[in-house]
Amino acid sequence: MEQKIRGGTSLTDHALTAGEALLTHWQVKSDYRWDAGAALSRFLEGLKHGQILGIHCPQCRRTLVPPRVFCERCFRPLEQWVPLYDTGKLITYSVSYVNWDATRRRTPEIPAVIELDGASPGIGILHLLGEAGGSLSEITARLGAGTPVQAVWKPAAEREGAITDIRYFRPVGG
Amino acid sequence: MGYKNKVAVVGAGLTRFVRRALETPRELAFAAASAALEDAGLTIDDIQCVVFASASDPFDGVHMKGEYVADGAGGWGKPYMRTCLGGGSGVMSLITAWYHVASGRFDTCLVVAEEKMSPAMPHPQGAFNAIYDQFIERPLGVNLLWIFSLEMNRYMQAHGIPMETFARVAQKNKRNGMDHPSAQASIAGDFTLQQILNSEVMAWPVLRLMVSPISDGAGALVVTSESFARRLSRPPVWVEGVGWNMDSSYWTNRDLAYPAYVEKAARMAYEMAGLTDPRRDIHVAEPHDPFAYKELHHLEGLLLADRGQVPRLLEQGFWDRDTTTGIPSSPSGGLLGVGNPLAASGVMKIAEIFWQLQGRAGARQVRREVRRGVAQGWGDLMQVATVAVLGK
Repeated sequence: MEQKIRGGTSLTDHALTAGEALLTHWQVKSDYRWDAGAALSRFLEGLKHGQILGIHCPQCRRTLVPPRVFCERCFRPLEQWVPLYDTGKLITYSVSYVNWDATRRRTPEIPAVIELDGASPGIGILHLLGEAGGSLSEITARLGAGTPVQAVWKPAAEREGAITDIRYFRPVGG
Repeated sequence: MGYKNKVAVVGAGLTRFVRRALETPRELAFAAASAALEDAGLTIDDIQCVVFASASDPFDGVHMKGEYVADGAGGWGKPYMRTCLGGGSGVMSLITAWYHVASGRFDTCLVVAEEKMSPAMPHPQGAFNAIYDQFIERPLGVNLLWIFSLEMNRYMQAHGIPMETFARVAQKNKRNGMDHPSAQASIAGDFTLQQILNSEVMAWPVLRLMVSPISDGAGALVVTSESFARRLSRPPVWVEGVGWNMDSSYWTNRDLAYPAYVEKAARMAYEMAGLTDPRRDIHVAEPHDPFAYKELHHLEGLLLADRGQVPRLLEQGFWDRDTTTGIPSSPSGGLLGVGNPLAASGVMKIAEIFWQLQGRAGARQVRREVRRGVAQGWGDLMQVATVAVLGK
């Protein structure tokens, strides 16, 4: 017996733009104000002072960043704060030519997962890379797993306790 | 383990998958649900409870979408619940139906999964931004693709996998999709490796033809107890094993080269099904393939190949639909070849295993003999795995 397929009527772009399909439009303005919480408040405060803070779990012996008030593996409270270095190495990176709304970018963004020195192996944070080249071939030739990087901070007076207090990480050496 | 009922799938139905559907979510749900009921030879009066799945509310701009769609999903006047695990929702909806029936409380359950991504403006991708951490990730100007392109690059680098390998996955699935009656226009097709490799860079290493599209669509299944299934004319397909697992949402702390949570979910399902050697006991697979690399990643997590060895097997045709010695993977065409209305695509994968085991997959019927298959979903902040083993 055949497979049962029913419905799913495709609308063309033309139908949508030429008024052939009846549309209703609704725009919502969402507005939120979040408390950064116990762990990330301290982390963000550290960034304001040019310091990246991690937290250590004495049971599994991992030094974690972003910091949290509990170890999700050992399921116990954490309180041993540890300053980390603002240097580290790439776990992975990407060269992104699209914006969130799917429009194209002329110059790419380079998001990366960075293992900071002082954090446990494989424990990374998300940030952006800069000074890594302009074209895709330049960037991919320059970067790889393990490439050493260093934070480029905003000037102290401009920092506000946000992840963007680090402007980006740049590859060093090599 | 003492489950009250052995559980069967006795019917499946899908809508076509399209970029923009004329139908509303309720209308899509109704189309798929009525097709599945007809396939099973049953009516809504035979259905004792309903499980609905949709991955996300923001696409539709409807809060608590499960309630909104309920009427179209056959939920009126019945015990009804929604299951929601992002892209893992479709396979989880079968698992949810499984425990409704396995518990002994119900003999019949209708599963309906629906997703309509197209309403979100200016582009549905924006709805995904809210999956990122609001304090330390969103301020960086995130987009959805990052998380996948970062994971893909990590996987590539860990095993030295060339881009051609990922192009081969896309080629295979897009070819397979040409034979699927639900396939979204222009998604399936006979592409050369060069065409795929030359497609636009989205977020390197993710290229346009290595990523599934924005889709609208629905799928439905009819699930029953063994005693109920035995009364129907067609031989049922059994839910032999189910498994699901969650990794940490601190995704930058995870091993991005290997989906350990998929392995945990797979082991749970295989153990329940009594499988000791999945490479021998699984005959057809539908791993979640929203991106070309994810199919390979997931085949490893499903323990169907050694780590880093999936590409070599791909070259040998091990995962091809017409293999006689390998394990056909995504014979449906998958999300890359049929489309990806998130929750509905998981049900599409289960429907494919169902049809393959019943010998009803038509032009997509795999060549080797199949007695058991696995379908797998994946989603949330790429941290959840849902696995179902079906057998006849």
